[in-house]
Amino acid sequence: MTYTFGLDTFGDRNSDTDGNPLSHAQTIRNVAEEGVFAEQAGVDFFGIGEHHTGYFPMPAGDVVLAAIAARTERIRLGSAVTVLSSDDPVRVFQRYSTLNAISGGRAEVILGRGSSIESFPLFGYDLADYEDLFDEKATLFAELLKGGPVTWEGKTRPALLNQDVVPHTESGPFPAWIGVGGNPQSVIRAARLGFSLALAIIGGPPARFSAYSQLFQRALEKFGRPPLPVLVHSPGHIAATDEQAKAEFWPRWREIITLVAPERGFAIPTEESFDRETGPHGALYVGSPETVAHKIATNLRALEATRFDLKYGMPGLTHDQLMTNIELYGHQVIPRVRELLS
Amino acid sequence: MKEPGMLAVLGAGHVGPVIARLALKAGYRVDIATSGDPEDIALITELVIPGAQPRWAADAVADADIVVLAIPLHRFLELDPMLLNGKLVVDAMNYWPASDGELKAFDDGGSSEVVARRLPGSTLVKALNHIGYQVLEDRARPAGAPDRSAAGVAGDDPAAVAATAGLVDRIGYDPVRLESLRAGRVLQPGGPVFGVVLTQPEFEQAVRHDDRSLT
Repeated sequence: MTYTFGLDTFGDRNSDTDGNPLSHAQTIRNVAEEGVFAEQAGVDFFGIGEHHTGYFPMPAGDVVLAAIAARTERIRLGSAVTVLSSDDPVRVFQRYSTLNAISGGRAEVILGRGSSIESFPLFGYDLADYEDLFDEKATLFAELLKGGPVTWEGKTRPALLNQDVVPHTESGPFPAWIGVGGNPQSVIRAARLGFSLALAIIGGPPARFSAYSQLFQRALEKFGRPPLPVLVHSPGHIAATDEQAKAEFWPRWREIITLVAPERGFAIPTEESFDRETGPHGALYVGSPETVAHKIATNLRALEATRFDLKYGMPGLTHDQLMTNIELYGHQVIPRVRELLS
Repeated sequence: MKEPGMLAVLGAGHVGPVIARLALKAGYRVDIATSGDPEDIALITELVIPGAQPRWAADAVADADIVVLAIPLHRFLELDPMLLNGKLVVDAMNYWPASDGELKAFDDGGSSEVVARRLPGSTLVKALNHIGYQVLEDRARPAGAPDRSAAGVAGDDPAAVAATAGLVDRIGYDPVRLESLRAGRVLQPGGPVFGVVLTQPEFEQAVRHDDRSLT
């Protein structure tokens, strides 16, 4: 079994060591540095999630990925996620196909909603239409990925008649995933359209998703498709010791979740809930390299997944803390997980 | 009511399968249905809700002692109220504009009161809406467990509230009864117990000091 390991960021706004927020521009330059460093540390994939807020000032991650592509050779680059429902699938395809060209075939895309809802009012979409928008646009995106002229008609964008959409890829479709947060019908949809499955597990016990991989593979069979990989995306933070990782991450986690809780319906985090989520049965990968490696290995096995993407960082952490996280993930966690799984 | 009976869960998204699994474990017979063909959810049922039966909604409802509504609220607006006539219906849905978009029909007050008005032939109870689907199974405990959590049950019909409290108790939570659907506003998004998992004394304390139910 071949396992791959990624890092995801939402462009979490950095602070300096005194806790003062850095500018959006400096945060974006830091993300580019982090992506380049991720390759040096031995990470397989670097993903940037679309967000539109002051604490996640990252609406155009593909531009940053192109900057990273120009300075790297091997690492795969993609979205994590692209909020497809409030975008035009044709433009998304064009941007990532361009990234694929720039990077010599290293582009990927994860389509979904993420926890991002700001793009809906920003671009004039109604959240109540979310499901219909996503379904129609994902269907069109699957057509675009095939590479030939596209004929398509729907309610959410103008029809396409035998339309050649450029740039063409050099060697077939680039990898494309659908991010799923726990709705089994979304798993079926990913299989029906031929996307790989990205399980976003950001709270509660990861093991509850164990039936989803099986559901995905059985659904692929039912739709006459070959097996496709499953990835797990979860938040976390790695430092030299469990205590240090928790001490760095907890105040930032509490601050940001408390901020978004009213609109997302999250509970305000308590030390008790944080301990549960960072414990062996929780969704947060916060701790020393050894602690995090064991948790990743356990959950990859339980969920029959072959890729793990750690969403690193949190608004208010420093660039240095993130670089340390990346270094420990690449140099210690990834080799240790491979060892545990071999 | 008679011992664990027949439950119909409408909705096979985030929430429905979780409630269905808990009910199966508690000894209920469970049918699950969406607005479409049961064939569409056959695979989901087999792998994610083993033991449940996928059925057409009308058939599932006809045989059910309790019907759980676990569909997005905007889809509820498309549901034929006649489907649920004469039934005890548990409303596990939420009106949560920031997450799901705004719905004019629900702009004012309590979402379950609106649901009840749209289902004049049914008896409505609000329950199982306020604990996140991510943790609902993980936090369920048998009766008497020291770390058992509480779940609110709100309705205008005492017999229906009692029956729903029985369901809540069997699937693993201490039911806290609220005397009306209006009082059940404390269970909504933005309320003191939404998304939080509390013990019974903590829960009672939290809702007692909330004015949503008083006005």
